[in-house]
Amino acid sequence: MKYASRIYLCLIFGILYIPIVTLILFSFNATNSTAEFTGFSLQWYIELFRSEETWHALRNTLLLAVLSSLLATVIGTAAAEGIYKMKNKLLKSAINAVTNIPMMNPDIVTGMSMMLFFAAVMGIFKIADYNTIGFPAMLIAHTTFCLPYVILSVLPRINELGNSLSEAALDLGCTPFQAFFKVKLPNIMPGVLSGLVMAFTLSLDDFVISYFVGPTNFQTLPLLIYSMTKKKVTPDMYALSTIIIVTVFLLLIISNLRSSKEERSQRRKRKGGGAK
Amino acid sequence: MAKLIELKGISKSFDGEKVLNSINLYIRDGEFVTLLGPSGCGKTTMLRIIGGFEVADEGQLCFDGVEISDVPAYKRQVNTVFQKYALFPHLNVYENIAFPLRIKKVAEEQIKTKVTEMLKMVALSGFENKSVSTLSGGQQQRVAIARALISHPKVLLLDEPLGALDLKLRKDMQNELKTIQQAIGITFVYVTHDQEEALSMSDTVVVISDGEIQQIGTPTDIYNEPTNAFVADFIGESNIIDGVMLEDRRVRMAGHTFDCVDGGFDKNELVDVVVRPEDIDVVSPEKGMLTGIVTAVTFKGVHYEIIVDIKGFKWMIQSTDYVAPEENIGIYIEPDAIHVMKKSKYSGMFGDYSTFSDEIEQLSDVDSAEEF
Repeated sequence: MKYASRIYLCLIFGILYIPIVTLILFSFNATNSTAEFTGFSLQWYIELFRSEETWHALRNTLLLAVLSSLLATVIGTAAAEGIYKMKNKLLKSAINAVTNIPMMNPDIVTGMSMMLFFAAVMGIFKIADYNTIGFPAMLIAHTTFCLPYVILSVLPRINELGNSLSEAALDLGCTPFQAFFKVKLPNIMPGVLSGLVMAFTLSLDDFVISYFVGPTNFQTLPLLIYSMTKKKVTPDMYALSTIIIVTVFLLLIISNLRSSKEERSQRRKRKGGGAK
Repeated sequence: MAKLIELKGISKSFDGEKVLNSINLYIRDGEFVTLLGPSGCGKTTMLRIIGGFEVADEGQLCFDGVEISDVPAYKRQVNTVFQKYALFPHLNVYENIAFPLRIKKVAEEQIKTKVTEMLKMVALSGFENKSVSTLSGGQQQRVAIARALISHPKVLLLDEPLGALDLKLRKDMQNELKTIQQAIGITFVYVTHDQEEALSMSDTVVVISDGEIQQIGTPTDIYNEPTNAFVADFIGESNIIDGVMLEDRRVRMAGHTFDCVDGGFDKNELVDVVVRPEDIDVVSPEKGMLTGIVTAVTFKGVHYEIIVDIKGFKWMIQSTDYVAPEENIGIYIEPDAIHVMKKSKYSGMFGDYSTFSDEIEQLSDVDSAEEF
């Protein structure tokens, strides 16, 4: 039985990771063969970074991911606090549902509706060239689809923390503003940070929504990869994908390490509480 | 002493349910006032209204003669020690206590002297750099008190601050709190449901039930001269018997006419008569004013708790002398041990020990332990 479960586990991980490992492996291939590994080389990475286009796309992707995740985190945290403070229970659950819907909505629908929206904006403000509003449009689109994830990660923290610490802060002379920044925010920080990381990775690897909203003068890495595959698949794309995979993987490790460290300290706290 | 806090006709409802009903109360400067009542009686709501966390639906709240109903919590010269301490987990002991001063932008040197002084007062010197989550309940409690007192509020509000501590620690902290209050001489408003705590610490006890003040008085007044059956039952043990006031200083109950020290009732007015269990003497049946059969005897350490059936009404007697169950005994009551009260809506609800048994007492102990 134990044997069978091990095989099952290996099978699952095999299916999940063999394709990715193959991709990483072939990004280091000495030739452009996709069938056999002829030798180790970094030539595809060198070729990749020789291309101006890649550098541009990388810069664009990072700029967009940093700005949109920061924006989504600020707006999302404020929204979570607002939802928490709502007194009307019916309205509260309605707002909760409304923030959750975009997460379940297929990306393609979100992308298309965004595209239509920005087209309408162009019509209203008589903008002829989409490229002039292209970057703000991308920023708005990415911030919007990251927002529910930030709220989802911050709201449980706020609920868990409750009102007592904020009340204590007010009691000790904080204005409501100070009470939020000096007491509440430091205590919900883990939730805020994991929301930020999630928003960053979501923005980083988004293709579908960017495909609909992206202007021609603002290409992101996923869009670049897609446009390259339309010509001919070359190993420098494997190299690019590998870089993206490694980045996301690193971010995941960092956020997991953080949360496990926090869990440990909480467990310690609980133990301390039990002893008194 | 001047009136520092005054509540005038304060009412408050939550979801249509009246929690406080037209409360009138004043608290003098330097006084230790306890708001005492069972859970759900509105005492914590009263405290939260004074602290500025709830706004009363009706009535006025005055501080030093000035109405402060609309002043937000952070502008009031009132600080609170919360039930679950509400220490800031992201700050260490030193920073928790220094917090109010940092908000006021006090100079670093001054903060240091003051925090050191406070730590000394609550006997936590040397704990500066400890994380608050590693402290025991009693230590957390003392940090909370130091933090609330460091900016010299005029009033300290304490919301069942000892509720989460065990019995021994609770007694120590009671003494410590009283000492601190006397040393710094500010007003303490203390909320508790523990009558013993209220009696041993307070200058004034305010007994609250169902959102209304039942009685205000010194601990001895409250114990010896309860105004109605609720107060008599809630504070200590009492036998509450239906009686008739024949004339001043003459009351008839359980088929016997007793001399007492109360007066000012109508002739033949129906009254509630309170007799504390420790004020009843056990005598031989022929010498007794009343006689009855012992139904239960429990050893309580200091005394025996004896339940006696007298004409169908179960009396509780606390006596250091042992009597055997089923024994026929007489009881003797001194005139000044009898306290006569007007009838109230609580008449007939308390003070009969016929359903009383140790089992029930234990069950209710479990309930109150869960509340903490």
